[in-house]
Amino acid sequence: MTPIVLTAGDMLVAAVLIVASGALSFLLSLGLQRALLVSAVRMAVQLALVGSVLLFVFGHSSVWLTIGVLGFMFTAAAWEAGSRQQVRLGAGWHFGIAGIATVTGTVIVILIGLLTALQPHPWYVARTAIPLTGLLLGNVMNATSLSMNTLLSTITRERQAIEARIILGATRAQAMNGLIRQAIRTALLPTLNQMAAAGIVTMPGIMTGQILAGMNPLAASRYQVLLMALIVTGTLIGATSAAYLMAWRLTDSRGRLRLERLLSPRGG
Amino acid sequence: MTVATDQARPVALEVLALRSVHGGPFAFTVPAGACVAITGSSGSGKSVLLRMIADLDPHEGDARVDGQACSGMPAAQWRRLVQYVPAEPAWWSDIVLDHMADTDAVRDLVARLGLRAGCLHAPLSRLSTGERQRLALIRALQLHPRVLLLDEPCSALDAATTDRVEAVVHAVQAEGTAVVLVSHNMGQAERMAGRQFRVAQGHMGDIAP
Repeated sequence: MTPIVLTAGDMLVAAVLIVASGALSFLLSLGLQRALLVSAVRMAVQLALVGSVLLFVFGHSSVWLTIGVLGFMFTAAAWEAGSRQQVRLGAGWHFGIAGIATVTGTVIVILIGLLTALQPHPWYVARTAIPLTGLLLGNVMNATSLSMNTLLSTITRERQAIEARIILGATRAQAMNGLIRQAIRTALLPTLNQMAAAGIVTMPGIMTGQILAGMNPLAASRYQVLLMALIVTGTLIGATSAAYLMAWRLTDSRGRLRLERLLSPRGG
Repeated sequence: MTVATDQARPVALEVLALRSVHGGPFAFTVPAGACVAITGSSGSGKSVLLRMIADLDPHEGDARVDGQACSGMPAAQWRRLVQYVPAEPAWWSDIVLDHMADTDAVRDLVARLGLRAGCLHAPLSRLSTGERQRLALIRALQLHPRVLLLDEPCSALDAATTDRVEAVVHAVQAEGTAVVLVSHNMGQAERMAGRQFRVAQGHMGDIAP
């Protein structure tokens, strides 16, 4: 089977669908027309740009170009994960922690994937490394963001209970481990649900893409299993790093809670 | 309890120029088995002082228990020696026995503080503020602290129950524990403390006994 290549004319179908959705929004007084239009245009421009950049990068097969693209992706992910929080740490720590956790979780599993199962030649080839990074980065970033958000809101809410443990001689680890574990579990739930539903409730995106591109469904499913394993490991590493770094930053070497390091909630 | 008696005892707690952005410097000593009362209006810095002694807030200066500096020992060890009972104690679960062991000593304290025996098995959310206040005292005492920091320990209690709490604290003092009491109740401060300090706007002045 040959892959179905979409022409510019086929893209007209996508545009008509967006316009039709806008019309429906207008008829139902949803007020989503503007957001829908802006998001659709933004998405189209962003994806067209990415497509062009990837075409250029794949064509040049330069390791430095690949590193540059990956660096840009990591920076954007760190910024995005840090920006999603209602409560933030001061002095840029928020972005620092989000960045370290997201990059750590992603890089470790990408290296595992590239150096073991996938083994492209060379192992850092842009055609494999960049799409794989994009896939993993999005998932790890979501988990990191969720982990930080859950831990921050729980610590803020449970401040007095945490301090009650500290007063009675608990170390900061003993006082906060339960909350850290809860934050990690919450962060992993979407990925676990995705794994459990894969193939029954939903057809995973990678597998769908590969089947549409002409790959044997069994081979596509093997790919999907490997990628889901990489995703769940990456999200676990990212969420865990984020939660422990956040707990470390919100306490000090004497085990005191340092919630004054938090900035006011956004918009509050 | 008189100052002369207090001075004859070895010093249990030394507060050495403790200060933070919220108040201080504070400096005083409490002999073993003695009680020092800190009085002052709301927001004057009394709780700030207790929290600094318990090493719960960042501060300059130091404190010592039996000559051992807070800065020289692990924080968790310090806080077990120096137990702080806040005015509004917090709990990390609704089950009383998650916070203390069901031992003879605990049951004895429950009785002496006028609590129902069944309160150890009751959900905390069902207990009154006064009951929770006394349970917080038991939770602190089960660690056998060398110094007890009490922040308004009887603010939610009637006169008879206040007497019970004071009797328990006196008994703990008799075993050598030093007590720092923050209270708005001048009568209680006079009954319990051999020495009183008044805190105003984050600074401390001695009140002659």
